[in-house]
Amino acid sequence: MKRTPLFSAHLQAGARMVPFGGWEMPVQYRGIIEEHRTVRAAVGCFDVSHMGEFEIEGPGALATLQRLTTNDVAALEIGQVQYSLLCRADGGIVDDLTLYRLAEDRYLMVVNAGNIDKDWTHVTTAVPADGARWRNVSDATGLIAVQGPKAEALVGRLADQDVTRIGYYRFAHGKVGGVAALISRTGYTGEDGFELYVAAGETERLWKALLDGGRADGVAPIGLGARDTLRLEMRYALYGNDIDDTTNPLEAGLGWVVKPAKGDFLGRAAIEAMRAKGPARKLVGLEMADRSVARHGYPVVKDGAPTGIVTSGTFGPSVERSIALAYVATAHGAVGAELGVEIRGQAKPARVVKTPFHPPKVKKG
Amino acid sequence: MANVLPDLRYTREHEWAKKEGGRIRVGITAYAQEQLGDVVFVELPKVGAKLTAHQAFGVVESVKAVSDLFAPISGEVADANAELGQKPETVNQDPYGKGWMLVVSPSNAKEWEQLLTAAQYEEFLAQGAH
Repeated sequence: MKRTPLFSAHLQAGARMVPFGGWEMPVQYRGIIEEHRTVRAAVGCFDVSHMGEFEIEGPGALATLQRLTTNDVAALEIGQVQYSLLCRADGGIVDDLTLYRLAEDRYLMVVNAGNIDKDWTHVTTAVPADGARWRNVSDATGLIAVQGPKAEALVGRLADQDVTRIGYYRFAHGKVGGVAALISRTGYTGEDGFELYVAAGETERLWKALLDGGRADGVAPIGLGARDTLRLEMRYALYGNDIDDTTNPLEAGLGWVVKPAKGDFLGRAAIEAMRAKGPARKLVGLEMADRSVARHGYPVVKDGAPTGIVTSGTFGPSVERSIALAYVATAHGAVGAELGVEIRGQAKPARVVKTPFHPPKVKKG
Repeated sequence: MANVLPDLRYTREHEWAKKEGGRIRVGITAYAQEQLGDVVFVELPKVGAKLTAHQAFGVVESVKAVSDLFAPISGEVADANAELGQKPETVNQDPYGKGWMLVVSPSNAKEWEQLLTAAQYEEFLAQGAH
């Protein structure tokens, strides 16, 4: 099991550690619901150093990325971030990712921790990188997410520059708490906030600076448990739960990051074929009538007959009800449809609802 | 180590049982709620339902997991804690008090003696058993 540079800091803070995607990570420090509310109301710090980072550099970088990813990399400016996907030829999702344009011919791809090896093989072999060179910098990179309405004040106080000028899905280079960082206005919670990329050896110094410097803001370390409830209230997909090699971007509601007009890319033909036909199933938000939790793998039924499967579910601490994401037959997936989730042999009432479940408060513009 | 009350009896599945006259009050232990984390849903049988010792009688859901509740003794449900429907977090806050789950009219008094004493349950926890 792999450990991040903050492993001992988590133990000292009394975290409960669990295995996650081959990593030993903190699931909670004081309690998932309390941590969730800290992020919605104040500010929380997440150790996400387990995420993978690949750099690609060279005159052929743009062409290589255009062939590998579904979004239009040509539209990405220096200093901008783009959400995108890696797909297989059959349209299945290899991973979801964020792509940073660092310089004219240099990009940073950030991928899910559990997929680092698979993605590395994919990006370096599925498309020939003519005129470009890949570098796996995952182990050399630490990553801390600072999220919540007070994140801007906290990071701003510790930074050597005016971070209010960094727009949503934009980034800047600077120092935070004296540590050189890529300061990215992104996150996975639906709150305003930053993701700070630093050298692995500096991660603990930054972590301490944030937790010490944010006391007056009510800052707290936040575990993977609350990271999951926060992202689920926003309907952000979790790879391995809601999307995987067998799911197509259109079924997952990720058609907005597929740009066929840019030219050919891996999975384009399969995705366009599905677009022409219309996907047979789609990922929808469900709200349970009672507080029982619809968990990954539970069957979804319509009038007693199977119509789909739950991919993620939890009790949403901000929406104060039990919510889930599920793939259901397109015919049964309209907002307002009354479905059931089989929980312990009983079909519990569930309704298809609009997502996100909770209104996002990310920085506009 | 989570606290264990001296006057109660316990199961290896981390329920507690307390004698109240001829009836037995049932809940889950401080250790159990700590392991579960934030409790968000408790499903209990209705008054009058029949319980069999060691059989599941309900479930408790936390954010991360779902666990069966096991009957410490056989009998009939005389009362169920309706408060937990609205405030399941009471199980975390006061597992031996307001977070109680059932009151049972036992059908086999001998089963009480088969439950773990506080000392035995403490020893069970100390061995790291789950």
